[in-house]
Formats: sequence, C-alpha cells, structure tokens
Amino acid sequence: MTTSTSLVYLIALPLAGAVILLLAGRRADKWGHLLATALSASSFGAGLYQLSQMLSRPTEERAVTQKLFTWISVGSFNIDAGILLDQLSICFVLLITGVGTLIHIYSISYMSHDENRRRFFAYLNLFIASMLLLVLGDSYLNLYVGWEGVGLASYLLIGFWNQKPAYATASKKAFVMNRIGDMGLSFAIMIAFATLGSVSFSGVEEASHTASQATLTAIGIMLLIAAAGKSAQFPLQAWLGDAMAGPTPVSALIHAATMVTAGVYLIVRSHFIFDAAPTAQLLVVIVGAVTLTFGAIVGTAKDDIKKALAASTMSQIGYMILAAGLGPAGYAFAIMHLLTHGFFKAGMFLGAGSVMHGMNDQVNMRRYGALRKFMPITFVTFGLGYLAIIGVPPFAGFYSKDAIIETAFNAGGIKGILLGSTALLGAAITAFYMTRVMILTFTSPERWEKDQHPHESPWLMWLPMVILAIGSVSTGYLFTRGDSLVHWLSPVFGEHEAHEEHFLPVIVVSGLALTAVLIGVSIALVKYQFSDVDAEAPQDVSIFTRIARKDLLQDTFNESVFMRPGQALTRILVKTDDKVIDGTVRLVGTTAIGTGSALRKSQTGFARSYAALILIGAVALIAGIWVVTQ
Amino acid sequence: MSPYNYLYVAGLLFTIGAVGVVVRRNAIVVFMCIELMLNAANLTLVTFSRINGTLDGQIVAFFTMVVAACEVVVGLAIIVAIYRSRRSASIDDASLLKR
Amino acid sequence: MLEIQTPETIMFWILAPVSVLAALGMLLVKKAVHSALLLAWVMVTLAIFYIAQGALFLGIVQIVVYTGAVMMLFLFILMLVGVDASDSLTETISGLRPIAITAAVGFGGLFVSLIGRATIGHKPYGLEFANSNGNVEGLAKELFSTYVWPFEVISALLVTAALGAMVLAHHQRTIARPSQREQSIARFRTGSLAGAAGLPSPGVFARHNAVDVPALLPDGTAAPTSISATLKARGDMLESQSFELSEVDNTVTEEK
Repeated sequence: MTTSTSLVYLIALPLAGAVILLLAGRRADKWGHLLATALSASSFGAGLYQLSQMLSRPTEERAVTQKLFTWISVGSFNIDAGILLDQLSICFVLLITGVGTLIHIYSISYMSHDENRRRFFAYLNLFIASMLLLVLGDSYLNLYVGWEGVGLASYLLIGFWNQKPAYATASKKAFVMNRIGDMGLSFAIMIAFATLGSVSFSGVEEASHTASQATLTAIGIMLLIAAAGKSAQFPLQAWLGDAMAGPTPVSALIHAATMVTAGVYLIVRSHFIFDAAPTAQLLVVIVGAVTLTFGAIVGTAKDDIKKALAASTMSQIGYMILAAGLGPAGYAFAIMHLLTHGFFKAGMFLGAGSVMHGMNDQVNMRRYGALRKFMPITFVTFGLGYLAIIGVPPFAGFYSKDAIIETAFNAGGIKGILLGSTALLGAAITAFYMTRVMILTFTSPERWEKDQHPHESPWLMWLPMVILAIGSVSTGYLFTRGDSLVHWLSPVFGEHEAHEEHFLPVIVVSGLALTAVLIGVSIALVKYQFSDVDAEAPQDVSIFTRIARKDLLQDTFNESVFMRPGQALTRILVKTDDKVIDGTVRLVGTTAIGTGSALRKSQTGFARSYAALILIGAVALIAGIWVVTQ
Repeated sequence: MSPYNYLYVAGLLFTIGAVGVVVRRNAIVVFMCIELMLNAANLTLVTFSRINGTLDGQIVAFFTMVVAACEVVVGLAIIVAIYRSRRSASIDDASLLKR
Repeated sequence: MLEIQTPETIMFWILAPVSVLAALGMLLVKKAVHSALLLAWVMVTLAIFYIAQGALFLGIVQIVVYTGAVMMLFLFILMLVGVDASDSLTETISGLRPIAITAAVGFGGLFVSLIGRATIGHKPYGLEFANSNGNVEGLAKELFSTYVWPFEVISALLVTAALGAMVLAHHQRTIARPSQREQSIARFRTGSLAGAAGLPSPGVFARHNAVDVPALLPDGTAAPTSISATLKARGDMLESQSFELSEVDNTVTEEK
C-alpha cells in the first residue's frame, strides 16, 4: 500500500486552530474566526491535493497510509496511530472540510454579534479535526478517538449558549445518549480484540474471513448500537431534536451534514463484518426502515423549523442506514445519499438560519409566511434544497434516493417488497412535510409577530448557501453519470455483479417514487397553501397528531422505562449505601464507643483495685495450673 | 524434715504480701509488702537451688535483690515526689487518671 | 543425698512461725514504722534460712543490703513523710477487703496444695558438692562466667535507677530564692510595722534567760512568738502569761 507523509496535515491544521484559539483566549477575539476559517479552508485544500494525487495513481494504488507513531505496544498487542486515506475516506474528507469551510464562512456573519465567537470557532475547528480523525483512522481504536472527539465537540456546541438551562440540558441529553452508542463501539472493539486479535480495519477484515458467525454478529450488533447512538437512529434517536438548541451553523454542520452520518460511515467501513453476519445486517435494515418512517412522521408535526429539519435528517439517515444494510449493492448508494444529503440538508439548515436571522430568531413556522418576497436568495437556495430532498429530477436527491428505493425493492422476496414500500412511503411523507415547511415559511400569507422586519442576510451568509445549492442541484447527476461514484468506491467494497435481476424495472421504480412525491406535495398544497394556517398550533387535534408532536412519545418512553427506574434504583442504592454499608461502619464505631464507655466504669483510678484484679488473675492462673496438673 | 517446708513458708509470706498490697493504703507500706513478696520468691529460689544441688537459683536470687534495690530507689523517689506535691502518702489520693 | 540435721529442723520450726506471724503483723499494725520493723525482722529470719540452706553469701547480702540499706531507706522516707502518722485501717473502697482476703486465701491454699503435690523427679541433692570450694567462690565462678552478661546489664540498671531517683527527687526552683534585702523590703511593705524589726529573742527583758521564757514587750506583756515552735509543739513551754509584768514604771527619770 502506498504511504504518504502529508496526510497528517489534514487533521493537524484544524486541530492547531482549535488549540491556538482556545489557548490564546480573548487576545484572539479579533482574528480568531479568520484563522479558523483559513485553517479549515487549507485543510480542504489539502484534501483536494490528496484527491489529485489519488487520481494520478492507478486504481489499486489509490489508498494511502501514514504511520504517525506507535500508540500502544504491549506484548503482541500493537497499535499504531495511523492514517488511512482511501476512496471512501476522501469522499468524507472533502465533504467535511468543504461543507465545514462554507459553514465557517457563514458563521463569521451569523455569530458576529456573539461575544464568544472565538470560542465557537475553536469548537468548530476541534470538530473538523475530530471528524477527520474519525474518517481517517486506520483502526477502530483511532476511529474511536475521533468518535469521542466529535461527541465532545457536539456537546460543547449544542450547549454553546449554556447560560440557558434548557440548552445545557439538551447538550447533556445528547452527551448521555451518545455514551450508550459509544459503549457499543467500545464493546465492539473489545470483542474484536479478544476474538480476532486485532483492531485495525485491515486486521479485522483479514480475520473476519475465518471468524465464527456468532462473533461477527456480536461485533455487528455492537457496531449498530454505536451507529444508532451517533446517527440518532432508532432507538437512540431522542437527542437529535433537542440538539437543535445549538447555533444553526452547528446544526447544519454537525447534526445534518457530517457527524450524524458517522454511523453510516462506521457500518459501511465495517462492511466485511456485516457481509458475513446476516443477522446483524438484517437488524441494520430494520433500524434504518423504522427510523426513516419515524423521522418522517415526527417531521410532519413539528412547527419549529429546525426541529422539522432535524426530523428530516433523522429520516434521511434512516435511508442511508437502510442502504448500508442492504449489502454490497447498497454501500455506494448509502454514501451517495450521504454526500448529496450533506449538501442539500446543510444548505437548508443555513437557509433556516438565514430566516431566523431575518425574523429575530423566531423558529416557529406558524409565525412565518410570505418570506419569498423579502428573502429571495434564501428562498431560491432553500427551494433548490427542497426539490433535492423530495427527489425531483434532476436534483441530487432524486438520484440517490431513487437508487436506495430501487435497491430496497431488489433485496428480494417479502423483505424487498416491505423495505421498498417503506422507502416509498417515507418518500411520500418527506414530500409532504418538506412542502409544508416550504409553504409555511415562504409562500403562505404572513403571520408575523409585531415588529418583524424580515430582510435578506449579508453576502457572507448567502454565498455558502448558493454554493451548497449548486451542490444540491448538480451532485446527484455527477455521481451517477456512468456510475462514477460506484466505480470509485468499488475498490473499497469489492466488485459485485452490478446488475442482478431487478424486481421492478428501473423506470417503474422511478415512476412510483415520483408518484409518491406528487401525492405528498399535493396533500401539503391542499392543506396549507389553499387553506388558512393558524398562527397558533391548533390544540383540538387527533391523538395521532398529538403523539407525533411529542416525537412519538420517545422521551416519555425513555423517561418511564429508563430514567424513572434508574432514579429509583439510584435512590435504593443511596439508601442501601447509607443504611447498610455506612450503617455497618457506624455500628462498628458505636460498638467500640459503647464498649469503651462500659469498660471505663471498671477504671476507678485506684491502684489498689487494679492490684486486687491482678491478684484475682493470679488466683485464676494458679487455679488453672492446679486443675491441669491434677 | 524436708526442704520443701521452706517452700510452704515462702508461699505464705508471698500471699501475705499480696494481701498487704491490696489492703494497705500507705504507699510505703504497700512498697514494703512488695519487698516481702520478692523476699518470698527469693526464698523459693534458694530452696530450689539447694534441692537441685546447683548454684543457679542463688544467682537468680542475687539478681532479684539487685533489681529490688533499684525498684526501691525509684519507687521511694516517686513516693517522695508525690508527697511533696500532694502532702499525702496514700495511694488512693493519686487516683486522678481515671477521668 | 540431703540429710537435714536436727538443729536446722529446730531452727526452722521456731523461726518459720515467727516470720509468718511477723509478716501478718506487718499487715495489721497501724504505724508504718512498726511495719518496717516487722519487715526487717522477717528479712533477718530469711537471712538465717538462707545461711542454713547453704547460701552463705546471699544470707550476708540479705542482712547487709536488705535489712541494712533498703530498710534504712524505707525508714528515711518514713521520717520524711511523717513518722508519727498512723494509718486508718478502715477500708474506703467497698468490697475490696473481702475480695482481697478471699482471693488471698484461695491463692495461698492452691499454692500450698500445689507445692504439696509437686515433684522434682529426684531426691533433694543438697549443696555439698556445689559448695565444695566455698559458697562465695562457687557463686563468683558462676556469676563471672555463665551469668556475666546479665551481671553487666544489671549494673547498668543500677546506674539508671540512681539517675532516675535523682531526677524524680530533684526539686526544680521556679522562682529565685529571695535575698535578705528582698525579705527586708517585704517586711516593711506588709502594712504593719509589728514584724519589721524581726521577732524578739526569748529571754529579752525577762526575769529568766532560759529558752522557754518569752520575751517581754515594752508594755510589759509577754511575746509568745519569741519561743521556738518546737518547744510549743512538744508542750514544753511554760504559760507565757505568768511572765508578764504586773506593773510597768512609766516614769522617765533623766539620768545624769
């Protein structure tokens, strides 16, 4: 495998930015954001350089590695801190640094009134570095470091305005739920080390050919838990909605485009495990299908624009996980959808941020309306993203989502029909709620609160939106033209026979998908465009709406099943500790004190009574001798 | 007569000394009773020495005398010190350590 | 094989009861001095026992060290503490005396009974062989060969005991002894000038000049403070009133 010495700069540049900004403190307030943006951009430049290097090499030599240092060396257990850049990683590197840089630029303006902007940029750079480490690590352990790093950055950024208790709680919630996933990942690493004897990707892949089915299934399930935690997949999805407490650029970068897709990366990267463990793979598919429906349903009920987008993110990642669970046929499509989603969802989040910027941080869509006239650029870029996500040709989402639906149908048998139908249903619901967002925000009559003066955002904000909109228009076509992305990634996943038997002809699937989209859009138009929308959310709604507004009772479920029993258990343990364990300790003390004060009474202080006691002792002794020698 | 009779005498003297230590209050008398007990022990040592036909018992008795002399010197010094501060030679008066 | 001669038997049967009785008396007498004398007697009888049992050296040491030195030390301290003080024999700690006596009777009974059934495993040898070169020479040989190390240690103990006694008996002055000048100043500062000139000596202006005759003050009255307190305590002082002058001639005649 080719080695390189320049890979480390990809990670080192943003990491240096984070360190400098955090250590320099207030001194860096004036130039910190510029430095952070420049470093992020230079990391993107380094990524482009690596891509050009990669393209100049033949297909089989494209993956490059760099050993940084020996991390752990205990007997036969050796782990190097190493970097692996292959065709899969480079996609992520460019997505992370590219979208990341755009969001840096956007944030310069968006956060300009925040006195802690430098800290914000430091965290952003920390996130970029950690995310790059995640996708560039050549072993599960290195990945784990990045995995925890992005968790930390996510925590810090969700709670960036931690002076508000609700936001601080939201960041804590995200952190705690991520811990569960992280535990899964650490278990997976431990199982891999204990049974396969290696934690590097290449070592595990090699060993997986001979490993037992049970081992691989166990590792696979643990990896799935990890992915579910990080990517907000069922049943660990509850944190993502609350994570919208963070600044909108954070939602765009971390909770839409990059970090939440780490789970997809993890599963795709571990394809050799899932390929050999059908049970785990089936679970992946189920989780993906459940989440894509779940997220879509929640999305229909949300009035908060960011939460609606978050639900949509959850749903779209469900598509990716579904595709990743479909085996070799789906990996490339999962990545393709991930990349296109990165563009259009980031663009839409930035659009939402722009709307909020113009509406005094109002997030309730029922208080928007008719913003098309006041924010034309935002409207256009958001609209292009909208067309992409619902899957209208020739926008990006059409190509990637269509491919997933098609692959789902091709999974074969009942499973294929079920998965395909679910994906189609999801597409229809997606079309409905995204149209709803569009209508409520931009095209319906205005329902503003007083003193609202909507205006277009400054160029630093709309420029990234425009670039992302271009991406959401073009990427789908670029990736599918001549199956370019599939071929590009094939060295990583191995070739598979590209055209097995199709369950339905491609054109039929596309037609079905478009029909589903059309139905969703029509319902939304009838319900919101051609009828009045209340400025207050109506309360006399069906039980289903109410449940959907409550995120399908996910928090209620977590609270009643895990939190309350956990609290009760904690109380019992505290009481046990206090009464039983401490009680025993205290009893020892009390006994000693009691015995002491009882025995003290025998201490009269009179030497003669002591002498009498000695005499009695001597009598006892001599009596003993007398008896023994009889 | 057998030399064991000396042992009976020694036993009686020792017992009387022990009672004296408990019963008498005057510190000096208590001390004298302790001396009596030591002398009784010495008598047994000398008698055993005679019974066994070796001089080791007498040597130990000799050491006992030296130790007793040391003890008397220090003990009487303590009594004098107590008497000087408390104007009393009763050992019951020196009972302040109980609390 | 030990044969005990008749004289020793007679000696034993006389001295043994006497020594036990003396020891008992030690417990029962009130005065510490009497206790000491009785103890001295017990020690002398023990010395005789030692000599009778072939321990000539120990017997002499018993008399010289114990009856001589140690008992003398006891008597010194008794003098210091108060030779006349007699102890009350009533018990102040309730229940102590019955316990002590019961325990002692039990102890003595068990002890005597134990001796009675104890066996050495051989007949008494006697010290004829061990003392064949003389008791003192035999002891010296043992002491300076087998027991030389304990002997050295015990000498260290003696030195330590002497030091300890000095430390304990040493009286540390906390304030300087008042000088004559300071005492004089203190006398004048008391407020009354009565004692300023010092106490009068006995026999001054008195009709007799014996030590038990009080001095006469200028107004003719007797001064009891001029008599030694020792005489007063002994009851050897005469009634000072009887030495007062009934009439003082206050007329001053100028002498030419």
